[in-house]
Amino acid sequence: MSLVLGALQIGFILGMLAIGIYISFRILNVPDLTAEGSYALGLVTSAVMTVAGHPYLGLVAATLAGMAAGCVTGFLSTKLKIAPILAGIITMSSLYTINLMIMGGNPNISVFDCDTVFRAAYKLLPMFKKEVVKVIVGAVFAIFCCGVVIWFFRTGIGLSIRAVGDNEDMVRASSINADFAKTLGLAIANGLIALCGGVYAQYIGNADVSAGAGMLIIGLASVIIGEVIIVKRSLVWGIISAVLGSIIYRGIITVVTGFHFLPSYSTKLVSAIIVALALAVPAVKERISIMKKGGAKNA
Amino acid sequence: MLDIKNLSKTFAPGTPNEHKALDNLSLHLDKGEFVTIIGSNGAGKSTLFNAICGTFIADAGSITLNSTDITSVPDYKRSKLIGRVFQDPMKGTAPNLTIEENIALAYSRRKSFNLSAAIKKSERSFFREKLASFGMGLEDRMKTKVGLLSGGQRQVVTMLMCTIVTPKLLLLDEHTAALDPATSEKIMEITNSVISENNLTTMMITHNINSALKTGTRTIMMDSGDVILDIKGDERENMSLSDLLNMYNSKSNKQFDNDRILLSH
Ligand SMILES: Nc1ncnc2c1ncn2[C@@H]1O[C@H](COP(=O)(O)OP(=O)(O)O)[C@@H](O)[C@H]1O
Ligand SMILES: [Mg+2]
Repeated sequence: MSLVLGALQIGFILGMLAIGIYISFRILNVPDLTAEGSYALGLVTSAVMTVAGHPYLGLVAATLAGMAAGCVTGFLSTKLKIAPILAGIITMSSLYTINLMIMGGNPNISVFDCDTVFRAAYKLLPMFKKEVVKVIVGAVFAIFCCGVVIWFFRTGIGLSIRAVGDNEDMVRASSINADFAKTLGLAIANGLIALCGGVYAQYIGNADVSAGAGMLIIGLASVIIGEVIIVKRSLVWGIISAVLGSIIYRGIITVVTGFHFLPSYSTKLVSAIIVALALAVPAVKERISIMKKGGAKNA
Repeated sequence: MLDIKNLSKTFAPGTPNEHKALDNLSLHLDKGEFVTIIGSNGAGKSTLFNAICGTFIADAGSITLNSTDITSVPDYKRSKLIGRVFQDPMKGTAPNLTIEENIALAYSRRKSFNLSAAIKKSERSFFREKLASFGMGLEDRMKTKVGLLSGGQRQVVTMLMCTIVTPKLLLLDEHTAALDPATSEKIMEITNSVISENNLTTMMITHNINSALKTGTRTIMMDSGDVILDIKGDERENMSLSDLLNMYNSKSNKQFDNDRILLSH
């Protein structure tokens, strides 16, 4: 039971990461590596502010900081014409230093005894067990983000961002500032990812400067799992499936590590395998169909 | 309306691939003119359109549209005034967005970024009405992703997107060349009616010389980055296909021997 609750807690919280990855990889069609840096940025910003006694402001600051990081990557790729992957790497590496600066040079800080949004929720919902409250808090964040993102991408400006990822030439021909739209999209994606890091810091009770490493592959695995589960390709379902994918992914990890099939530190390997398998499906399908055709000829 | 003065553009200057694509080209269009453009492959026709749209900034010369100097205005700002349809049906529409989303995007060019719903109810029925007027049944497929449409259907959607906010200038770059003859004819029909309905100032590149002479009010011929022939009125009325080809041969000192040129249709 506690394993299930644990999976739901982290699944919902990292659902925000999955939505962010969905926005950059699927909607914008940009392989944005800023994610790992902005996740850690949100984590440390939130942690530092929480220690200072401002857990809520910490989440706001985390989101804004992540958006700023997205803007930097957007600026590098649209205005300075740096390839998106490199632009993301540049931002990500510089964030490592910036994150250390935010933590005053410490690679790790604890927020264990501080007031967090989770503690506030325990007081608000005394009738539930703490573990259940954590699930509720995670779910509220994930569902709130889903709602805001779905609303936003249905507005005029949101439609422009979706179109940029689909056919940039057409967007330019429609007198929309494609560079601005793309940068805004990256800002929103990284804002969500940083918010995710911010909530996670308060959930887990500490912040480590290297916590971002491998988060991208976790988000990507969630998105891909969601796409396998929900076949319908629309904006609304795409975003919901990212969160569902995150929960299912966490379920898989829980089964694999919780029952000691693999040690608990193997989560990233498992995600990498999931992503590699999912990405290999088209090639494997093609191979099979070629083999079938060849077989028919020989027969 | 459109005034192009001494426009020049050289690609890859200073390299072995240096190529003068526009060579001191000047051209003036009056409001409501419908100019057809012919010329062999590589003559610089699409490059001229690119220059007008701001895909690149010309090396020299000026472009004035609607009495505004747009020579160094960025492309996306120019597209407020200019509608453009390409030969490739994939180019003008976003495949993963629905028909109505595509049209809404084009329709939104009249306002700046906004946070209200992308498609309003009243707009939806307006789009429907417009699509229905083309008689291709697209009005019943407003929620279909554009990627699922045929090339001709996509060109119709593009055509509507380019004209739903009346542009000052409409540029058509062999926009029926990728379609089968029947569809191509249908699209030309729609093109003509949209242009005359809105009295649009239009430039149309075509490789069909016959239709170049029959469609529109004026025909220009391009070669090596410049206009080598410009006819309208009676002169154009009385011009036969062979006259035009002879003229080309004498002016450019080469044969109009292009596989893609259709002499008749
Ligand atoms: N972006 C570019 N870079 C280099 N060369 C180009 C570019 N665009 C066009 N050209 C060259 O300019 C010439 C004119 O091309 P274009 O205007 O497309 O001809 P067309 O009259 O057939 O439309 C061609 O030789 C083409 O190769
Ligand atoms: Mg061309």
